[in-house]
Amino acid sequence: MEKVGDYDELVNLKATELRLGLPGTEEETVPCGKSNKRALPDDTEKEIESTGKTETASPPKAQIVGWPPVRSYRKNSIQTKKNESEGQGNYVKVSMDGAPYLRKIDLTVYKKYPELMKSLENMFKFSVGEYSEREGYKGSDFVPTYEDKDGDWMLVGDVPWEMFVSSCKRLRIMKGSEVKGLGCGV
Amino acid sequence: MTEEDSSAKMSEDVKRYLKLDPRSAAASEPPPAAALANKSRNFKSFEPPCPDHVLENVLENVLQFLTSRCDRNAVSLVCKSWWRVESQTRFEVFIGNCYSLSPARLTHRFKRVRSLVLKGKPRFADFNLMPPNWGAQFAPWVVATAKAYPWLEKVHLKRMLVTDDDLALLADSFPGFKDLTLVCCEGFGTSGIAVVANKCRQLRVLDLLESEVTDDEVDWISCFPAGETHLESLSFDCVESPINFKALEGLVVRSPFLKKLRTNRFVSLEELHRLMVRAPQLTSLGTGSFSPDNVPQGAQEPDYAAAFRACKSISCLSGFRELTPEYLPAISPVCANLTSLNFSYANISPDMLKPIIRNCHNIRVFWALDSICDEGLQAVAATCKELRELRVFPFDPREDSEGPISGVGLQAISEGCRKLESILYFCQRMTNGAVTAMSENCPQLTVFRLCIMGRHRPDHVTGKPMDDGFGAIVKNCKKLTRLAVSGLLTDEAFSYIGEYGKLIRTLSVAFAGNSDKALRYVLEGCPKLQKLEIRDSPFGDAGLRSGMHRYCNMRFVWLSSCALSRGCCRDVAHALPNVVVEVFGSDDDYDDTVIVDYVETMYLYRSLDGPRKDAPKFVTIL
Repeated sequence: MEKVGDYDELVNLKATELRLGLPGTEEETVPCGKSNKRALPDDTEKEIESTGKTETASPPKAQIVGWPPVRSYRKNSIQTKKNESEGQGNYVKVSMDGAPYLRKIDLTVYKKYPELMKSLENMFKFSVGEYSEREGYKGSDFVPTYEDKDGDWMLVGDVPWEMFVSSCKRLRIMKGSEVKGLGCGV
Repeated sequence: MTEEDSSAKMSEDVKRYLKLDPRSAAASEPPPAAALANKSRNFKSFEPPCPDHVLENVLENVLQFLTSRCDRNAVSLVCKSWWRVESQTRFEVFIGNCYSLSPARLTHRFKRVRSLVLKGKPRFADFNLMPPNWGAQFAPWVVATAKAYPWLEKVHLKRMLVTDDDLALLADSFPGFKDLTLVCCEGFGTSGIAVVANKCRQLRVLDLLESEVTDDEVDWISCFPAGETHLESLSFDCVESPINFKALEGLVVRSPFLKKLRTNRFVSLEELHRLMVRAPQLTSLGTGSFSPDNVPQGAQEPDYAAAFRACKSISCLSGFRELTPEYLPAISPVCANLTSLNFSYANISPDMLKPIIRNCHNIRVFWALDSICDEGLQAVAATCKELRELRVFPFDPREDSEGPISGVGLQAISEGCRKLESILYFCQRMTNGAVTAMSENCPQLTVFRLCIMGRHRPDHVTGKPMDDGFGAIVKNCKKLTRLAVSGLLTDEAFSYIGEYGKLIRTLSVAFAGNSDKALRYVLEGCPKLQKLEIRDSPFGDAGLRSGMHRYCNMRFVWLSSCALSRGCCRDVAHALPNVVVEVFGSDDDYDDTVIVDYVETMYLYRSLDGPRKDAPKFVTIL
């Protein structure tokens, strides 16, 4: 099902588009935006509508502001579900010891570890220390860990990035004493 | 007002004129001078009241029993004395349009307000038809009531702009505050909520419904004070930020009176289970995401059905924000007791719905997405004989999306649910036959709102306009008070509305009608019309003028993207001094110096205190 407001479609069909307006005037087509368009009844439009189908007979209509009258809160709630169900993004929960609640981040947004670290640091207002393969994270009480597909808790950074993204189920920023036992080599 | 309260009041009769209502949590302060001035007796010396005042005395005690605002309005018109007494005994004030009067007028007339209901923006603001920052600020109201009613207990706001500062002032000013309900509001965040949670120690109700709440990253749940709370209802399903679950669990544990809990989508199914186990007394539950955090590992999964079974009192279920379908059957144990079920955020197919709904014999309110299809509606019709209210929202809210429901579903509902009173139905295609069938099968209808999403769509079987269907509704549904029309409609539909819609109070029109005659039919024919909202219809100056005799008796009229001229709007403004006429566009790019004759949006409403002083630049008050 083609998406309404697909800009390429509209550009191609503009020449045959049926609309009310003086020839030569341009209409902005802003999906769900603050477009000021009015749609007054038009005889030719009615004829086409009375066949019951609009997909084949006329070009897809640009979105009219506030129509259909569904509150944006409701629209957004359902839209979130649509995106997530289409497999976009890889959201994992992130918890930090001592912080009152979890956050969720989309791993597909990052390309490598430093980006991820920076984002986590900003989110939870801490800093992560220096990473080295042999000794793990030094210089900070906080250590980023993750739970992988097998249920094991691993140190973030030990495996190549792609492997991390595909196997990470959730993140946990551990504090202090619990960190022992992780990051001790391969 | 309960009978016990009234008898307590009667025995306190004498003391009442010296201090406030003794039942309020606030300290006693002498009543404002204006109230005392009416009474010439001096109770301290125990002189008997003079005869004139005996009547007022008696009247006060009688009026305690009047709660309906229509009755009270009628009482206040009898004579000056009755007006005075009614003013002193009105504890709940309802203001349908916050700009119809100033806060000062409220506090001047009513001296003992305990509960305030305020509505701000008109409904079409929900659909981006109003520029932001138009108004409806709560601020002047909270400032005025903070001074005048320190005993205020309840505030209920709809479509108002509420800031964190307003909430802080509220929390600081009303020590006995019990009930805050914010519906479709915006302008505040979790920090404002945190202050209310923390400072309102008598809080019973904190309901945030369909409001926009900014995530200030404040752990507001932890801000409720330690110890047992008075909470009876906590709704935060619209708060789009994570919460501290541990704190929520602790809060629920120490809230023995909690009956209604509506969590947001950040509460997982496992977490919901924990809450239910700790609060089996719940009557209303908003289930959050209804999706587990973790992939279950065998026997470790909690027994969700058992948790529902244990909550024997649940009669209202909502949430299901990120439903994992396999878990839906867990709600089966409560289905037989359910009176209200809201599936409108869940993409539920007919096959998912049928096993659930077939047990819901007592359901009175059912909200769903059109993903349930006509087949799902038929299942509802087969079982839910007590249904009073149905709302079906579109999963894909666009004009040319697939429409899984139609007149088939509507007709089925009309045949199965004869007690139906209220319906909101979004669809892509409809027939006059189905609408007429509903008008004949459901004589109890008071609210009929049909939204055929494609503009100007006729009956998809006959190709005729939808006039006959809506005509049948107004003719046959003699109790109809609210109507929203759609589809291809000619002036004839409006002539029916004017002829038969004698009880209609609210009318919503979009992309309909042929000429000003349509508007005239309605304005001349519907004596009870209070709220008229019209968009994108060919109504112009003649139509607007035809309602001049009505506007003082209406709450508001909204006309946008119609054919009005500025001159005509100005004429209306000049002719009706008690009516405020606002004119604005849908964006604020308008050049101040250029006066455009065409009016994009006209919003008029009656007002006792003249035009408002807080209108933004893009609003012109004529």
